[in-house]
Amino acid sequence: MSAANRIPVYRGRFGPAEAERLLWRAGFGPRPGEAKRLARKSVREAVRSLTHPKHERLVGPKPRDDDGHRIAPVDAWGHDHLWWLDRMVRSNRPLVERMTLVWHDWFATSNAGVGSQRLMLQQNQLFRSHGLGSFSQLLLAVTRDPAMLLWLSGSDNEKGSPNENYAREMMELFTLGAGRGYTERDVREQARALTGFRNDWSDNLGPVNFRYDSKRHDPGLKRVFGHRGHFGWRDACRLSIHNPKHRSYFVTKLWSYFVPTPPSASTRRALERLYVGRNFAIRPVVEAILLHPALYRGPRMVKPPVVYLAGMLRATRRGIDTDAWTWLSNQAGQQLFYPPNVAGWDDDRWLDTASFLARWNIAGRVLRPKVLEGDDKAPLNAEKLLERALAFWGHPPLSSTTHRALKTFAKHAVHDANQRWKKTQYPPLIENALRHLIAISPDLQTS
Amino acid sequence: MSDCCNEFSRSALLRKAIAEAGNGLPAIEPGMPRPAGTGLDRRSFLARSVGLALAVYGAGSLSPRLLDHGIEQALAAGPPNAVLVSVFLDGGADSLSLLFPHGDPEYRRLRPRLALPDSGLVFPEDARLRWHPAAASFHRLHTEGKLSVLPAVGYTNADQSHFTSRHYWEVGDTNARLQTGWLGRYLDRTGAKDNPLQGVSLDGELSPSLATAKVPVAALGGVGDYSFWAPGVWGQVEDRMLDAIGALGAHRGHDPALAGARAVTYQSHRLRQQLAPFNGQSITSPVAYPKSESGFPDQMAGLAALLAAGLPLHCIALSASGGYDTHSDQADSLAEDLKLTSDTLLAFQRDLEARGLANRVLTLVWSEFGRRAEENGSAGTDHGAAGIGLLMGTRVRGTMIGEFPGLRNGLDEDGNLKATVDFRSVYSSVLEQWLHTDADGIIPHAKAFPRVQLLR
Repeated sequence: MSAANRIPVYRGRFGPAEAERLLWRAGFGPRPGEAKRLARKSVREAVRSLTHPKHERLVGPKPRDDDGHRIAPVDAWGHDHLWWLDRMVRSNRPLVERMTLVWHDWFATSNAGVGSQRLMLQQNQLFRSHGLGSFSQLLLAVTRDPAMLLWLSGSDNEKGSPNENYAREMMELFTLGAGRGYTERDVREQARALTGFRNDWSDNLGPVNFRYDSKRHDPGLKRVFGHRGHFGWRDACRLSIHNPKHRSYFVTKLWSYFVPTPPSASTRRALERLYVGRNFAIRPVVEAILLHPALYRGPRMVKPPVVYLAGMLRATRRGIDTDAWTWLSNQAGQQLFYPPNVAGWDDDRWLDTASFLARWNIAGRVLRPKVLEGDDKAPLNAEKLLERALAFWGHPPLSSTTHRALKTFAKHAVHDANQRWKKTQYPPLIENALRHLIAISPDLQTS
Repeated sequence: MSDCCNEFSRSALLRKAIAEAGNGLPAIEPGMPRPAGTGLDRRSFLARSVGLALAVYGAGSLSPRLLDHGIEQALAAGPPNAVLVSVFLDGGADSLSLLFPHGDPEYRRLRPRLALPDSGLVFPEDARLRWHPAAASFHRLHTEGKLSVLPAVGYTNADQSHFTSRHYWEVGDTNARLQTGWLGRYLDRTGAKDNPLQGVSLDGELSPSLATAKVPVAALGGVGDYSFWAPGVWGQVEDRMLDAIGALGAHRGHDPALAGARAVTYQSHRLRQQLAPFNGQSITSPVAYPKSESGFPDQMAGLAALLAAGLPLHCIALSASGGYDTHSDQADSLAEDLKLTSDTLLAFQRDLEARGLANRVLTLVWSEFGRRAEENGSAGTDHGAAGIGLLMGTRVRGTMIGEFPGLRNGLDEDGNLKATVDFRSVYSSVLEQWLHTDADGIIPHAKAFPRVQLLR
């Protein structure tokens, strides 16, 4: 391989700060001490431990609802969100869950249109099991996935009355990009190739018995991207993936989930070669992105709301014990299984004044069980209070601006304690406030 | 902030696609159009509304942000002379109950269970009609000459899908593909590029009739619901803590994501400060609004307060309380919803009068369709065609616009009321007579719709 073919690998210091960023970008942030432990490895070993995880284990208390009951992800409203959030918090395979989230956004399907938590969870397992596998296998599986068949009208698409919904999005959003490498005619022809799926309706169960029925398939001759043939649904997927515009769409879009600046042209081309050379395998491309210097040296990224929440639960070793996470996540702009539309969440818009308030409330809710009360002892000393609050969050790396603002607050608040009762009452209040302010600081909203 | 990263982000990559993304919305009813403004999801919409917070009151000391500047300029220019409030009755309100044809012999035949007894609330311009007993407030407004009534407004070949028909009303055309609202297009023509308060949704999410292509508009979840609570923190420490939020956002730095997070932190801090005077209990209305669990009375009271504060609000959209899709057991729920809606609108009108704002505000009340003339088997009514429209204000003529077509000759082949005024006639007239702009270019084929005389 010539030098130009190589994908750059990060060779700088891999310390706790770099390990922490990796854990946020490729997972849901560190558990206490985890960044330090990961930083003992080389960057290659660290990335490899994420991309080649051990057998799955869920660590920590099992999820419960507000009443202390087991959650009912298939049946109870909002428990689907809790179920997945629990995995984000407890799984020892953070990248697997993070990739599941990537695919949920990439093939964005909303239960608002599917109307079945059972089918949404089934789709979720599909994303999990194919998450680091082959993209062509993933696309085939998604194409016949019941939730997707309902969401994008796949089972309404039959011979004689084709429905173009899935065909269009498959090319526009899933494989090629808007207006890249296909025409309106290709949309119509791909829709014909994709005919044949159907399902029945049960009064009790809703949509059931999803299947391919060759009688509903249009077996006629189609012309797709200039190729002619009696194409079926597998061909439709294969043709999209082999379209020359797919590889650049794939690597660029995948990259954007991990790094906020675009890859250089040479990196992009090298990633494309890697992707095609490995027969559309996802794992090597993810691995190359996670090793790339841009991830460690480049600018920060805003944490998606569920990543922000799951990370705080991991940091405080708290399990899922309240239904509130569902509506709070919704207010913050990300209720799992309900992306806003088929294009997924708008990652330019994670933070605004409305979602900031929601994040403030999420942080408060995370902190509530740990709140220091008036009779808890805390020192009447700004520096010490700040040190204790930072230790509570495992000493996250903070900018000097943020550090200064926290210190100024602590100093003023300590100064306010000018009466005897305030001298004992205020310190725990100040520590509570510092924990909250750290949690919502711009530094912890980003990674 | 650096453009490279915003431009590159996955969202930017998909932005073009998002315009088409509504294709993936659930097909609740086959062929249902996408809501206008699809692609402006709730969050991006709120993000645009964020700027408003910064500048609600004299924002001179703040960082010179575009939206700030725009609102300041709008403030300096004085409040808009004409304010339009659009109130939506969601679900298809039964006009044949709200203003019922007591004197029409067909009425009792078609509505054996639902026909109302004479309420005594007469409608002087058509002796056949009576107001619903729960709508005494409308009767009062009409008697005072402050309510114009369109007893059969709609369009020919009415679509009986909630989504499609509502979409037509929102975009101001019977075109399923149109993606901007009729008020959005008005704002695109005449609005400012930097004053999001010119178009405000009070339902907390984008009102499709306000969906613009160019200029910013805003959404507020409620006027008084922006407050911060922290567990285990109170008193002086809490005050200090809330101020510290501003300090966390005060400096920007070079990292785009960090700078963006800091900016939002600072904006949130300012929004909290600026909306504090509007916090629930501290809105003092000069009149009493109905007490209800519905947010509608509070929203209208808050709106009057925002207008009284001199904010440059121009077009406002929200939904009235209740759901009007009365397929079964219509009598009770309809009476309750009509009472709350009409009493709230009367209170709003009185509020504007008490504050000296009444001559500046026109309120349009509409629903996506009326209901079938014949009642169904579950003591309810199914989707119909023409429905009722209302225009409230001190400047309206206060008369009937169009006529009630009667149940003998006024029904179409599906047994639904035929429209005597097209909704686009109303929109075109509002644009020209109230907002002083040519309807041509805002309402498609505007010339085809005869204007109605709205004002005194």
